[in-house]
Amino acid sequence: MIREAKKVLLDPLFNDNPIALQILGICSALAVTSSLAPAIIMSIALTAVVAFSNAAVAAIRNHIPNSIRIIVQMTIIASLVIVVDQLLKAFVFGLSKQLSVFVSLIITNCIVMGRAEAYAMKHGVVMSFLDGLGNGLGYSLILIAVATIRELFGSGSLLGFPVLPTVADGGWYYPMGLMVLPPAAFFLIGFFIWGLRTWKTAQVEQPEYRIHVAHGAEVM
Amino acid sequence: MPDDSTTPAPAKPQGWLRRLRSMPNDSTAKTLLVAITLCLVCSVIVSSAAVGLKPLQQRNAEEDRRRIILEVGGLMEPGKSINELFERVEPRVVDLATGEYAEAVDPGTYDQRAAAKDPAASVAIPPAQDVAQIRRRANMATIYLVSDNGKLERIILPVYGYGLWSTLYGYIALEGDGTTIFGLQYYEHGETAGLGGEVDNPKWRAKWNGKVVYGSDGAPDIEVVKGTVGAGDPNARFHVDGLAGATLTSKGVTNMLRYWLGDEGFGPFLRKLRSSA
Repeated sequence: MIREAKKVLLDPLFNDNPIALQILGICSALAVTSSLAPAIIMSIALTAVVAFSNAAVAAIRNHIPNSIRIIVQMTIIASLVIVVDQLLKAFVFGLSKQLSVFVSLIITNCIVMGRAEAYAMKHGVVMSFLDGLGNGLGYSLILIAVATIRELFGSGSLLGFPVLPTVADGGWYYPMGLMVLPPAAFFLIGFFIWGLRTWKTAQVEQPEYRIHVAHGAEVM
Repeated sequence: MPDDSTTPAPAKPQGWLRRLRSMPNDSTAKTLLVAITLCLVCSVIVSSAAVGLKPLQQRNAEEDRRRIILEVGGLMEPGKSINELFERVEPRVVDLATGEYAEAVDPGTYDQRAAAKDPAASVAIPPAQDVAQIRRRANMATIYLVSDNGKLERIILPVYGYGLWSTLYGYIALEGDGTTIFGLQYYEHGETAGLGGEVDNPKWRAKWNGKVVYGSDGAPDIEVVKGTVGAGDPNARFHVDGLAGATLTSKGVTNMLRYWLGDEGFGPFLRKLRSSA
């Protein structure tokens, strides 16, 4: 039981990372990682939503009619996202303004519903909560790593504090303009996936198709 | 869908809870019951969060509005609290029709946004003149003055109007001459993030500094143009670069400034100010 719980909680960090292996939740990973502070808030918000929505779905899983199960999951997720959004507006107003629509877009983040549908519908409350927590942390890991690199090289600072003094402020560092733009996150996530699959070769997918040399065959 | 009749009939009357539990999940009754119960529970949670946190959120929004007033007037100093810095601005209420200060009205309690909804304290704008698309305008407006040793340095005026999706609420800061722009900044809007939402972009906001509102005929000539202001544009001092991909928001900004700085808005007040300067 303890081993199973540990596996459920820690597997999504590297072995089954929602972004790097399941390739879910990419859009928000591109949008909120240009600096570290919003990425951390987004990570906390998403982790809370996945964990609690998983627990709530698991609690009523035996009573959810199959025909409306997606709507039931969406209702639970949407309610939690609204509550999180309200909390952010009350306690970290500046950052919630910066995150603007992306908090409400947690509703459409594939990780949340993916976990509800794939895990919480079949497992108990505690395990589902841990699964949500683990997947939230897996998402947070990538998000915070990407945001650290992007803010450090794109703006020369971390959490707003200057680390590499930029030329604009009289220092020596020329910021990498690309890092501030969303494509940088795309490249960085690509590098992470490459690194992860080199380390854990079990994650490398079999090619679906091999190119053969066709001798004189007609193209159908 | 499984047939209800397949469940064995209860041998003797049961409690409602047991009847409920034995109900097949996919029966219409159970589906409706689960949907309604879930919606009730969720709506209670959502509405109690919204109502319970409202006072905190309103305080944040108010502080944010004051921060914007300070920023647009160039009064922000690092390390000082907003309340402390706000001492430097003097709120006044202006009667828009006459352009005079309304001395009888307390600027501390007057709420222009509430007054704009009150038929007794506002006027309906004829559709032909309603370029900012705000329908009603309060009779009086709260403005903020920044003075240095008795000399008027900056005037911060509230402006609002419709963009693409939403009404944008903001402040424009003018220099003491009543026509040179110091800055324009919004504190509330619902425009598309990354397109119309770029009204918040510091680089775009910086383009307003030094632009001029009034042409030689005394009418507001300020305009957000499409694309960038050309080097050879003879009216470059009235023109600000448009926001790429946000034509309607850019137009909304032009319209609200034309309205609020025109005769219907702060025109009479600023005319008096310019002639006395």
